[in-house]
Amino acid sequence: MAHTLRGKAAIVGIGTAGTGEAPGRSAIELLAEASIAAVADAGLTLADVDAIFTATSVHAFPTLSVGEYLGIRPKYFDGTNVGGSSFEAHLLHAALALDAGLCDVALIAYGSNQRTAGGKLVSMSEQQVWEAPFKPRHPITAYALAASRHMHEFGTTRAMLGEVAVAARAWANLNPHAFARGPLSLEDVLKSRLVSDPLSVLDCCLVTDGGAACIMTRADRARHLKQKPAYFLGGAGAQWHRTISSMPDLTITAASESGPRAFAHAGMTPADVHLAMLYDAFTINTILFLEDLGFCPKGEGGRFVQDGAIAPGGRLAVNTNGGGLSCVHPGMYGMFLIVEAVQQLRGRAGERQLPTCDVALVHGNGGTLSSQVTALLGSDATL
Amino acid sequence: MSETKTGPGPEARFRAFLAEGRFMIQRSVSTGTHVFYPRVAAPGTGETDFAWVEASGMGTVYATTVTRLRPNADGTPADYNIAIVALDEGPRMMSRVEGIAPDKVTIGLRVKARIAEVDGAPNLLFDPA
Repeated sequence: MAHTLRGKAAIVGIGTAGTGEAPGRSAIELLAEASIAAVADAGLTLADVDAIFTATSVHAFPTLSVGEYLGIRPKYFDGTNVGGSSFEAHLLHAALALDAGLCDVALIAYGSNQRTAGGKLVSMSEQQVWEAPFKPRHPITAYALAASRHMHEFGTTRAMLGEVAVAARAWANLNPHAFARGPLSLEDVLKSRLVSDPLSVLDCCLVTDGGAACIMTRADRARHLKQKPAYFLGGAGAQWHRTISSMPDLTITAASESGPRAFAHAGMTPADVHLAMLYDAFTINTILFLEDLGFCPKGEGGRFVQDGAIAPGGRLAVNTNGGGLSCVHPGMYGMFLIVEAVQQLRGRAGERQLPTCDVALVHGNGGTLSSQVTALLGSDATL
Repeated sequence: MSETKTGPGPEARFRAFLAEGRFMIQRSVSTGTHVFYPRVAAPGTGETDFAWVEASGMGTVYATTVTRLRPNADGTPADYNIAIVALDEGPRMMSRVEGIAPDKVTIGLRVKARIAEVDGAPNLLFDPA
C-alpha cells in the first residue's frame, strides 16, 4: 500500500541560473538567482517562502547563509548534506514538513561556481584517514574501483560504459541549455585519455557552474497555482558506507534499498516509469542505478544500455537533459535532476520532450556511491 | 552508567603498532570477527571485547585502478595503483599494490602486506605474494 505522503505535496516552481559558465558570479548569487526564478515560476513571492532546504559545497551552515541572503526567516529549515543526493532527501523532508503543517512553502536550492572559480570539484569534505595517505583522486578513484569490479564480475566493457556517455550527449544535443553539445561517438569515448582505469575523461561528468531551485507546497494549494504541479509520490534514502573501501559490495549500491522503498511509497514499479533521471557523475553510475533500481537484473546494466537503449528513441528515457555527463554538473548535481523531471512532467521540455511523461524517477547519488536517495514524481494523471 | 576506557583509542594503538613494525588487527573474542579499520565497537553489532591479533598480512585484490598522471620530468611513468585489498581475515582496506606495473594489478591477485612510510607516516602497502 502506498505511503500516506503520496501526492500530498507538489513541486510548483523551478528555476536555474548560470548553467554551464557564469564568470564573476558567486555560489550564493547563483543559488539566489535560481531561487528567485523558481518563486516567480510558481507565481508566488519570496515572502511566501517559509522553509529552506539547502546544501552546498562552500557553506558550513547553508540554511543560515541562504536565509540571510534572501531575507527569509524560515519556520522550518534543513541543511542535510549527503552530497549530490541532498536535494532528493530534501524533497522527502520538505514533503514531511509540509504535511505536518510545519511550513507552507518550501524552497530547495543549490548553487556553485566551481568551474569559473577554479575548474576543479570543490569539496568541504574532511580527509578520509584510512584512504587519503594512498592518494586516491576521489571521486574518480572510487568510481573507477567500482567499475573495475563490475567489469570483473559481469563482463561489463569500456564500450558499454561509453554507450552511457554517447546517449547522454545525444540527449544534450536536443537541449539548448546543455553545456557539452556536438557529435560524440563511441569511438571518441574509447579513444579518450584514461584518467583512472577503466574510466577515461569522457566517462566523467562535466565541471560547470550553475544554480537550481524548486518550490514545494501542499497539493491543495498546488492545484491553484500557475504551473502544472509535479506531485511527490514517494521517496526514500539509504546509506551503507562513507568511504569506498567500506562499501559492502562495489557492484551493489544502496539504491537497491532506496529504490524499492520509494516505489513502495508510491505504489509503483519500475515498469510505471516514463523518465529515469539517474545521477551520472560517471558512466558506471547509470549502469549501477539501472540495475539497483530494478530496470534490469544485477549485472545486466552494461548490456541494457547497448545499441542506444537509453538514448533518444531508445527503450527507456534516461537523463533527457544530457545528464551530469553532458548537460551540467556543478559539484552537486541532484537539484538539476529534479528540474528536468519537472520540465518533462509539465510537457515543457522542448525538442527532447517525451511523448508521454506522467511518472519520473529522480535518483540522487552522493559521496563515493555512499548516499542513495530515490524519489518518484508524477503528473496529476498519477493521483 | 560508567566510563571505563582510558588511554589512547584504537586508531592511535593501531598506528603505534605500525610504528613498531607490527600489523595488528582487532578481533572480537566472542564472535571471532576481525574488524578494520580499528574501532571502539564492532560495526553493526557493537561488541567491544576486542583483542589485538597479528594480521597474516595476506590478502587478495578486490578492486583496482591506475591513477594516470603525466610522466615525471625524467620521463619515467608517474602512474600509480590504487587497490582495495580483501585481507585473509575478512575486512577490506584501501592501499597500493607495488612491485608490479600498476596496470598489471588484477582482481584476484594474491598480495602480501609490507609496512612502509606512506605520506609521512608508517602505513601498509602490498606486493604480489
